[in-house]
Amino acid sequence: MYLLTSSVGRKQLMAVTGLLLVGFITVHLLGNLSIFAGSEAINIYAEKLKSLGPVVWIFRLVMLVLFLVHITFGIQLTLENSAASPETYAIKQRTKTTFAAESMIYTGLIILAFLFYHLLHFTFHLVQTDAVDAVHTLVNGRPDVFSMVAKSFNSAFVSIVYIISMAALFLHLSHGLQSLVQTFGFNNGTSQDKVIGIGKLVAIFYGLAYIAIPLAFLFHIVKI
Amino acid sequence: MNLTLHVWRQKGPKAKGKLETYQATNVSEDESFLEMLDEVNEELIKAGKDPIAFDHDCREGICGMCSQVINGKPHGGQERTTVCQLHMRSFADGDEIFIEPWRAKAFPVQKDLIADRSTLETIMQAGGFTSCHTGGVPDGNALLVPKPVADYAMDAAECIGCGACVAGCPNSSAMLYTSAKVAQLAVLPQGKGEAKARVKSMTDALLDEGFGNCTNHYECQDACPKGINVKFIAKLNREYIKSLV
Ligand code: HEM
Ligand code: FES
Repeated sequence: MYLLTSSVGRKQLMAVTGLLLVGFITVHLLGNLSIFAGSEAINIYAEKLKSLGPVVWIFRLVMLVLFLVHITFGIQLTLENSAASPETYAIKQRTKTTFAAESMIYTGLIILAFLFYHLLHFTFHLVQTDAVDAVHTLVNGRPDVFSMVAKSFNSAFVSIVYIISMAALFLHLSHGLQSLVQTFGFNNGTSQDKVIGIGKLVAIFYGLAYIAIPLAFLFHIVKI
Repeated sequence: MNLTLHVWRQKGPKAKGKLETYQATNVSEDESFLEMLDEVNEELIKAGKDPIAFDHDCREGICGMCSQVINGKPHGGQERTTVCQLHMRSFADGDEIFIEPWRAKAFPVQKDLIADRSTLETIMQAGGFTSCHTGGVPDGNALLVPKPVADYAMDAAECIGCGACVAGCPNSSAMLYTSAKVAQLAVLPQGKGEAKARVKSMTDALLDEGFGNCTNHYECQDACPKGINVKFIAKLNREYIKSLV
């Protein structure tokens, strides 16, 4: 297929999958923030999700494809680009690019590692079993997702894992969001500085909102 | 003023190069950077040594031959300035200056500061032809090009093909160069006809010639001595998307 071998084609695929992944983290964040609306709210939300049955599985399959495409091309892109620039300068002066832009592959791989950890943790309940076992208790007839999350984040180690991963997500988005706009061709020469600024603000919003959840439990702002 | 130069010396394409240190003495601030190097070379020749090889031609900022990374920036980093138009007044007495060739897999170094940039020509050739009339010269006013379109095309056509965008790019991508050519031809009546095929063949050639992919670092725009804007890369992206449908 032509798109898969073309430089700009793959760039478009990275951007489309990146955008859809941003869509995912938006919906996921909105759901997660229900934890601040009390224990009942997130338990109801979690039960609703589970009850969707096959829809959940279709959704998971789509997510798997998105991640596979994004990661495969992300790695290929990085390898090709380092092969294209084998020698470095004795003195290197970079004036435009950012730490976030230069570390996309690393922040991406941190997100990937986190994804595995997160699934083992809250989906398969295989790590930190003393805390996640709470989910097997029913509260008002529903699995107690709230206590599972709350107890998990009382551990400083687990909270730090989540916080570092979400910091990586912030960095990934702070380059990725404006990059996406450029890749789709929206840049008339004067709009770009604004897009870069807004992209960073939105990335900060996602980062802070996600990090707020473990922080709130770690510092007992939200109590069990 | 007196300067210490650290210059990349490499005997040939296969040889291993290294930075050598030279003193440039009594440099006038009215000299261009290339004239300063000419004087260093005269001293080297007098001493029976091999002069520093570097590319240059017009020495007035229009040919794109002079290609040196000075203190880590292609063309020295002064806004809209080629090496030949860089003057010694932007340096101070006692400065240490690092001078290196363009570095990219697609730009193999031939000798010292001279890199082979013919891969840029290959991308240009991959762009192919534009359809035009044969026979009698058409009336100059028969083909109307609105002023904003003409200006836009001219801005893109300012590219002198020097390769600074590649030299400055962390991925050694030639996307800014390619986009300037694609954008210029895509908006003009003479180039519109082949626009769809052109954007594909040129970006394919870019990869085939060993350049990297664009990941929107925007270093190219800062490195470009002609101020080519990355909005042309966005235009290339739009042209690419259009070519798919
Ligand atoms: C929730 C997860 C993720 C989101 C929301 C996300 C989002 C994005 C976005 C929006 C872009 C910019 C696309 C473009 O303009 O072309 C991008 C690029 C990239 N992503 Fe991700 N990504 C995620 C996960 C990952 C993972 C797991 C990797 C692992 C390899 C990764 C590696 C990369 C790389 C290498 C780039 C290319 C850099 C560039 O073109 O600027 N991403 N990502
Ligand atoms: S020598 Fe022609 S642009 Fe510098």
